[in-house]
Amino acid sequence: MAGVLHRIEHVDRRIIFLIMLVSISVPLFYPMNLPIRVSPEVRLYYEAIEALEAGDVVYLAADYDPGSKPELDPMLKASLEHLLRKDIRIVSATLWPAGVPLLEAGLDTYARDKYSREYGVDYVNLGFKEGKENVMVQLGKSFRAVFPTDAYGTPLEELPLMAEVDRFADVKLLVLISAGYPGTKEWVQQVRNRYNAPMISGCTAVSAPEYYPYVSSNQLSGLLGGLSGAAEYEQLIGEPAWGTTGMSAQSLGHVTIVILILIGNVVYLINHRRKVAA
Amino acid sequence: MSADLWVWVAAIFTLAIMSYLYKDNPVYKVAEYLFVGVASGYYLSTYYQNVMVPNLFIPVGDGVSALFGGQVTPDLWRLFALVLGIMLFTRVMPGPSWPSRWPMGLLVGAYSGLAIIGFAQGDLMAQLQDAMIPAVDGDSLRQFSESQSVGDYVINSLWVIGNISLIVGLLSTLYYFFFSKEHRGVSGHVAKVGIWFLMISFGASYGFTVMARVSLALDRLRFLFQDWMGFTIIS
Repeated sequence: MAGVLHRIEHVDRRIIFLIMLVSISVPLFYPMNLPIRVSPEVRLYYEAIEALEAGDVVYLAADYDPGSKPELDPMLKASLEHLLRKDIRIVSATLWPAGVPLLEAGLDTYARDKYSREYGVDYVNLGFKEGKENVMVQLGKSFRAVFPTDAYGTPLEELPLMAEVDRFADVKLLVLISAGYPGTKEWVQQVRNRYNAPMISGCTAVSAPEYYPYVSSNQLSGLLGGLSGAAEYEQLIGEPAWGTTGMSAQSLGHVTIVILILIGNVVYLINHRRKVAA
Repeated sequence: MSADLWVWVAAIFTLAIMSYLYKDNPVYKVAEYLFVGVASGYYLSTYYQNVMVPNLFIPVGDGVSALFGGQVTPDLWRLFALVLGIMLFTRVMPGPSWPSRWPMGLLVGAYSGLAIIGFAQGDLMAQLQDAMIPAVDGDSLRQFSESQSVGDYVINSLWVIGNISLIVGLLSTLYYFFFSKEHRGVSGHVAKVGIWFLMISFGASYGFTVMARVSLALDRLRFLFQDWMGFTIIS
């Protein structure tokens, strides 16, 4: 018995990797169809977009890169689906250099191809701008001063949508899909109170605990946290996609980790007591 | 299996990076160095196109053109930013490095100003205001008194103690970071309560971090199984 416990305590980490690989792979082919309960923060996110009217304009910030794509792409796609279905017009940009192709792919798939929206009239991609918090603050004063041209080099004066919109006061809502710095925290700190701009956020699971207090204080009007947040939102808009598909595997992965933590602690305690007794 | 060459490239590099889980090896090293090189090239090119060209080369070019009778407004003051930028490089050059302190001071000063204002109005004041709540809020107390079943009593009692636990957690955690008085006796117990609240928050952060990492692994598996191998993933 002591030998077995010792071996468990000093198990090769590669065996744990293998257990995790199996536990998250199997549900991809044999899903457990677990119920997805919508949390209040996700419902608030949904309701903030539901409250918009056709023709309203939102500012969509896609502040992430391929490192966070698995978590945030489902949120971006679901948000675009929801916004375009409601005929909301979109001004979008990113403060992350590697976010440009991700934002462009989302707009092309949903705005251009699925909903046949007209570029420059129904949506605009301003592209990337370096400057982090400075850009956020300046955007509150004038989009045109920060982005003289869009992502494709077209002067903003030539885009009909940009004739109506030039600062945060002209948009109804800020939709922030953000991975880290600069992201939701900086948007809240620099823009929320300064311009009284209502905002909702979809963020990585790592940063979600930091942002929940912003929902409680009404600085954020809604929050999607990690892949589970994306899955809940997909349920609300009736478009189950990768967020929903990944939930069975995600759940089994969590259960496996909890079991491994429990086994590790129990075995450690037993071995520790034996050592003390000896 | 996919017929797309780039899917194969992505799959091979995904497996090369994952091979580190077995042990460090040359295949992993090649993938890692290649990634660093490609990422550096991408960022350099992006910053050149998005920062240097629109903020420096075009305005300065317009300014020079204006000097020779062009019709645009001179914007030569941006040369000052260029000089500051060059001064930053003296830090990594042989010889005196003091010129780098001026632009560094400007950067630190500007960002400190922004961060302090942002934190004060976005975090400190708003969160302080949000923390000023009644110990027991009337609505949850009414809900508790109107509970019909044992389950309702349990759930509603959690709402009743929600504000109390927030206040206790806030004060005890703040007290834990108050080091002017030794944490012994009553103050030690208060600080220990603060530690418990901190541990719970660390646990929540760890749980969310695990969720994030599992999501990343899942997406790579989806890519390998579905996009590369051609299996159907059931939703």
